[in-house]
Amino acid sequence: MSERRITGHVGVGPKASGIALVARDNFSARYDLDRLRGIFSRPAHALYGQSYVDKVLVLHTAKGGVASSWMLREMKSRAMAPAALLLNYGNPIMAQGAAFAELAFMDRFELDITEAIRSGDRVSVDPGAGLVIVG
Amino acid sequence: MRLDDTERAMRAGELGAARRAAIEQQIQVGITFDAEDFVEVSQVHLMADTESLGESGVAYLEDIAALPDDERRVRVPTVTDPRGIDLCAYRKLNQEERFAELERRAIAALTSMGILMTDTCINYQTILPPVRGEHLAFGDTGSTIYANSVCGARSNFEGGPAALAAALTGRVPRYGCHLDRARLGTHLFEVQECPTALSDWGALGALLGLRTGSYWTVPVVTGIDASPTSDELKHFGAALASYGSVPLFHMPGVTPEADDLGSVFDGPTPKADVITRADVDGFYASFGRHEDRVDVVVFAAPQLSMVEMQELARLLEGRRVHEHTALLIATSPENKSACDRMGITETIETSGAMLLRGVCFYQMYARELGEANGWQRLVSNSAKLVNIISGYGYRPVLATTEACIDAAVNGRM
Repeated sequence: MSERRITGHVGVGPKASGIALVARDNFSARYDLDRLRGIFSRPAHALYGQSYVDKVLVLHTAKGGVASSWMLREMKSRAMAPAALLLNYGNPIMAQGAAFAELAFMDRFELDITEAIRSGDRVSVDPGAGLVIVG
Repeated sequence: MRLDDTERAMRAGELGAARRAAIEQQIQVGITFDAEDFVEVSQVHLMADTESLGESGVAYLEDIAALPDDERRVRVPTVTDPRGIDLCAYRKLNQEERFAELERRAIAALTSMGILMTDTCINYQTILPPVRGEHLAFGDTGSTIYANSVCGARSNFEGGPAALAAALTGRVPRYGCHLDRARLGTHLFEVQECPTALSDWGALGALLGLRTGSYWTVPVVTGIDASPTSDELKHFGAALASYGSVPLFHMPGVTPEADDLGSVFDGPTPKADVITRADVDGFYASFGRHEDRVDVVVFAAPQLSMVEMQELARLLEGRRVHEHTALLIATSPENKSACDRMGITETIETSGAMLLRGVCFYQMYARELGEANGWQRLVSNSAKLVNIISGYGYRPVLATTEACIDAAVNGRM
């Protein structure tokens, strides 16, 4: 299968790669996750019950709540963080948290990122170049 | 980004390692959001509860606290958001000693940096209300949207590490809410029935948040035919920010940057999205009811004002909280002291309710708290809280203040 290249806005954090976990839903570490078990714990979330650990997490927008910016680093310190976070529309909290955690984060893509990537795809992320490679 | 002499000195490490790391982090964020330069801020509001910090976050604070005094002290007045533990109440709540110890370490580190431990999310009501045009680094979505919208001040959401960076550098990257162009309206809503109950205001904020759903949208709200109170706009804004990640709204005739619709839209006014009473009723109904049993009733998120505290005392006077139900009420340390002095605390606690100081329910290890006390069925008048708390294992219901008190007394709805 050939590679696909998707461009977005320049993001923050180091290069990263992993298997994608995708949903047309939104994201907050406080609202949606059981951070001890590494799973989505909010019953109404499209990824409820699924593990996000080491996944390239692909979702629509960032939700309210400022706690994610501490939590991303805390999750990474226990090796219970996603490998990268890709959103159609981020917010300052996600960018700040990714910068603090040294976690790959990108948003504002040339197309709807939740439709361009499917769960199970292998994805490489280069935030400094604003580039995502699928396959 | 363009840097001035002070910023270049910080980046070069001339003002210490903490400020160098802080400004590097801020430059990364600034580039991500196309900031051209920095803007100095006059106040910082720092979210640093230990449930979010964890061991790694507390250790990070302690590393800064271990630096020489001139390297670790904040450059602008900095106040704190609610803590993760009420050190006067955690044993009664069956919370573990390890959480209290982590909290004590965080407090010691933050205090050594010159940070004021105000422990409140309603700093705009109780500490130093923002002024129109003032640039800030506020670190709670509720305090930020209130400062931007009701006060006309300017702040992005600054999460804990970013607010701490702003405190250390005295500035933030200039993007988003700091720019005139990002403060113009993007969506118009017409409210057919002006809310009355605080939970109605929260429900309205939630509905707007669900229909906008992005940090980069600015809803404009018409149909508010009375002057809302600070508490009403507090609940409205907190819910809007929680459900939609929205940092700013305008309410023509009410908020300071919105004299009329023409002043908040650049170009033609968009078609209004109508919010009906049925929409609000449907929002309440989406949570259902706990007709069998209520485990815990919570007043928090945001912390309660003095006026809200007085109202709860009035509703609880001469009544007793049901033996199977807990009633928790969270306010700021300053309001708690005032309530103690005025006899409000005594009235509330005589009913069996617990008054918590300097915390907020969802920030105080809510999952472990629920497991330790067998709490799942939760009732609150806070639309923000019922949005957050299901991820922590609770089954929340939204109700009016009066219905919440009735549920606490009857043990069911």
